[in-house]
Amino acid sequence: MTTVVTTASATAPQPAVPRWVVLVAIWTVLIAVPFWLPLLGGYTALAGRVLVFGLAAMGLNMLLGFTGVLSFGHAAYFGLGAYGAGLTLRYLVHSTPLAMLAGTLLGGLAGTLFGLLIVRRRGVYFAMCTIAFGQLWYYLAYSWNDFTGGFDGLRDFHRAPIGFGPLTLDITSGGDKFYFFLLAIFAAAIGLMGLLVRSPFGHTLRAIRENERRARFLGIPVERQIWLSFSISCFFTALAGTLYALLNNFADPLALHYSLSGYFVVMCVMGGMRTFWGPLVGAAVFVSLQDYISSMTVNWMSFVGATFVLVVLFFPRGLLGMRQLRGQS
Amino acid sequence: MTQVILFNVTNGLIIGAFYVLMALGLSLILNLSNVINFAHGNFLALGGYLAFTLSPTLGYWGALLVSPLLTALIGLIVERLMIRRVYNRDPVYSLLLTFGFAFVMQDFARFVWGPNGLPLGLPDFLAQPISAELFFITWYRVFMVAVVIVTVTGLFAFLRYTRVGLRIRAGTLDLETVASLGVNVRLLRTFNFSVGCMLAGLSGVLAAGQIGLNPNMGDDLLMPSFIAIIVGGVGSLMGTLFGGLLIGMAAALTTVFYPSASEAVIYAIMMLVLLLRPRGLMGEEGMMS
Amino acid sequence: MSKLSTSVGRRTILKAGVALGASQVIGAPFVIRALGEEPVKIGMVNPLTGVLSALAQSEVDGAKYAEAEINKKGGILGRQVQLLVEDSANDVGTGVQKTRKLIDRDKVDVIFGDVNSGIAYAMSQVTNDKKVFHIVPGGHTDPITGSNCKWNVFRVCNTTTMDANAVTPELVKRFGKKWFFITPDYAYGHTLQDAFVKALKKVGGTFEGDMLPINNTDFSATLIKAKGYKPNVLLNNMGGLTQINCMKQFTQFGMQKDMALGGALFELESIKGCPPDAQTGWWTMEWWWNQPKVPEVVKFVADFRAATKKTPSARDWFGYVSMHTVRLAAAKAKSLEGPKLAVALEGMELPPDVALQPGKVAYRAGDHELMPNIFVGDVHPAKAKDDYFTVAELVPGEQAAGSVEDTGCKMTHPA
Repeated sequence: MTTVVTTASATAPQPAVPRWVVLVAIWTVLIAVPFWLPLLGGYTALAGRVLVFGLAAMGLNMLLGFTGVLSFGHAAYFGLGAYGAGLTLRYLVHSTPLAMLAGTLLGGLAGTLFGLLIVRRRGVYFAMCTIAFGQLWYYLAYSWNDFTGGFDGLRDFHRAPIGFGPLTLDITSGGDKFYFFLLAIFAAAIGLMGLLVRSPFGHTLRAIRENERRARFLGIPVERQIWLSFSISCFFTALAGTLYALLNNFADPLALHYSLSGYFVVMCVMGGMRTFWGPLVGAAVFVSLQDYISSMTVNWMSFVGATFVLVVLFFPRGLLGMRQLRGQS
Repeated sequence: MTQVILFNVTNGLIIGAFYVLMALGLSLILNLSNVINFAHGNFLALGGYLAFTLSPTLGYWGALLVSPLLTALIGLIVERLMIRRVYNRDPVYSLLLTFGFAFVMQDFARFVWGPNGLPLGLPDFLAQPISAELFFITWYRVFMVAVVIVTVTGLFAFLRYTRVGLRIRAGTLDLETVASLGVNVRLLRTFNFSVGCMLAGLSGVLAAGQIGLNPNMGDDLLMPSFIAIIVGGVGSLMGTLFGGLLIGMAAALTTVFYPSASEAVIYAIMMLVLLLRPRGLMGEEGMMS
Repeated sequence: MSKLSTSVGRRTILKAGVALGASQVIGAPFVIRALGEEPVKIGMVNPLTGVLSALAQSEVDGAKYAEAEINKKGGILGRQVQLLVEDSANDVGTGVQKTRKLIDRDKVDVIFGDVNSGIAYAMSQVTNDKKVFHIVPGGHTDPITGSNCKWNVFRVCNTTTMDANAVTPELVKRFGKKWFFITPDYAYGHTLQDAFVKALKKVGGTFEGDMLPINNTDFSATLIKAKGYKPNVLLNNMGGLTQINCMKQFTQFGMQKDMALGGALFELESIKGCPPDAQTGWWTMEWWWNQPKVPEVVKFVADFRAATKKTPSARDWFGYVSMHTVRLAAAKAKSLEGPKLAVALEGMELPPDVALQPGKVAYRAGDHELMPNIFVGDVHPAKAKDDYFTVAELVPGEQAAGSVEDTGCKMTHPA
């Protein structure tokens, strides 16, 4: 009994503010982005990128933050989602929903199958395998010229307008309309994720994170839960990948590279691995930071790298995680 | 026909030897400290660049000797300042740390030496083929293999016959017990990390003679090192040795028949190993769980 | 309890950092408005980090040099010019995002970019959508002014077809028709080899070749194959650092005794990275600095060297030409609107102090490709400072490019 209580309080801070207020605040901010972001010197496409990466990072966080298992190769599923969507739009059918479905399935299934192979490993070795697996897809994408466009990426596909019976949602021109489309998909995905996290399944994941051995003693099928968590996180990340392809009308091999995987991990850590919204905050900070600094100097890589180092050494709990620390001790 | 066969074998060994040197350094650090050194490729580049800077004053041979030692020194400083702090934490932190540091190092190299490719001058006699018949084997390649053999033998001998080497090997298996036996584990880890970086630096000097210098040179060599370790088996240096040679041979052989796939084949081997023998060819069960 | 105080310390740092960052971001637009008249803004997106950084940086240098020159002489349409440079980091997502940033937030009038053809293409989709004038200074794949040509996109550098067609007759004349190709396995390599093969077949030549991974470092297997085939010429189509390695291994194996070496591009930046015995072969240059007979070039090189302490390469020239192109097109169109600039530029000839070479250099109306001369010659160790190349022949671009139909471009203009 005590275990469950401690676990619960480790993830949900003593709310000084009721949860529904927080949610309303968050969604108001997100919906109003096209209005307030340009005033701050931002631009709506930047927010779109934040949403896409934020979704990918939140997907990763199901595995990393909630189950306590590190994957450093999640960009593979992100990229597979992007390529799946792009290939569908280019070769099969001009339908955005089908493209998104195809991409999500491609990334998700690849992750599910791979998860089976490595589920018995842990820690650093698990991470190494995920990195290497991700790079496999990267090489595949950039060598298979005829199919994937190779090094130059997959092009010649466009977002297609979505038909809802008599209504058509025309997202081809990008801009604010596309941002709201992204937000809608994001909301649906996050809603689903929230349900999963709060379900009994989600609780078993947290139990595994806190103390694997004890979870095993409690009868939780640890390997199976980890595999499921891995698989689900890959599906969410792949969905984010399909949105990325739609955002750029392009899919390129770098969306599969381990450096992008690293960015996702940093977003989770920077925002707070153990919180639900942490990765989105981390994504917002990271994307804005990178965007801003790379306009200032060619040496932006040093700053970004230094940020990683600083986060690891001084802010390991992340931005939202620090709020928790206050409420705990 | 003989030429083709001979070529396959020698080229595979040469490429493999090179992968081995890189992977061994990475493996040493991984085994003892449980840290994946993402910056390993950058230490390689650093070694090469230092040799470039030193060779006007020290000559090629001087640079070859001094540069790896300097790289080891820099590795030591890095370990003391940063890596040390994340040893007993969740692996995510050590990965992020070395990953971030790799960015900084790459930018530093570009900043100091410029984005252009730079050549590393070799002594004339090394750049010659060993015979007209075997024109594709230059003395430099033979030299590279010789250096690798000497270094690897030295490394294994060191680990086998010296006290420090014994402690490192013991620490790989059970660090807590080694610590409770009174060994200064901190110093051991620092030393181990430096040795790993030294091997990376040496690889860098060797690579620079072959492919020249550029800030991104380490990136392409990092992944084959990972794969060599996975294929050979985590926790086993012999496994890493074997894994490196295996993938080197495979890459060389594939280039003859189907050049575009020469990189993909090492991934295929990795997947095969993960499917059929997940602990690696020479790994021990439970090493990395 | 000490834990709490540390976390407070961290939080203060964080808050300060956020405040500082916010002030920079919020403050910026107000600062610019206070400066008075709005400058003409040109946004350049190039891979300043990554494997193409050396070439990208040269293009930026050339453009910045032109920016200073233009501003000294009164600017564009009487307004000062401001060049905003963004790093695409050799990543499409970043390149597209920066393009959107430059257009949406910074409100640039013109976009330049990218050296990486894939990114250039993705950017052109955005610029086309938003009707912004777009010049590609140095991205080579043919479709940009071929099957994927767009009314708002113009290109300065050559197509692979042009380079291949320019150098083939010279190589055939000097060495022979039996060739061996070493080509990188991606779009640029494919189109280049196809162009060479087409040109070679026209003169009845024969060939064999290998397609290698882009980052291939070891060429022994391929070079052995080449030696066995006994060609007249070895065509090194690799790019960047892989090209240098291929050259090095070629000379290390002593193969220059058995066959000649040639290809399309061997850029000044790459030549400098080679050891002297690998600085060899017959190549094309898209622009070369050493043209003693053309007074404008002599002056340009002297001024450029004085200002930047380096000798201008073709890439510097691309950046330089791109900036001046905007000035000239704007002057002719008397506007900075995309459609008007595009119409003004079609068929426009560059004046000698911008073209910096003999003959007529103009943007072809049918496909928006610049038609300069292609400098064919041989590379050798430097005779004087940076003098690595001796021009044997100047091939007019139009002659090497083939017709507009051949490129596959079907230009559609906005209503």
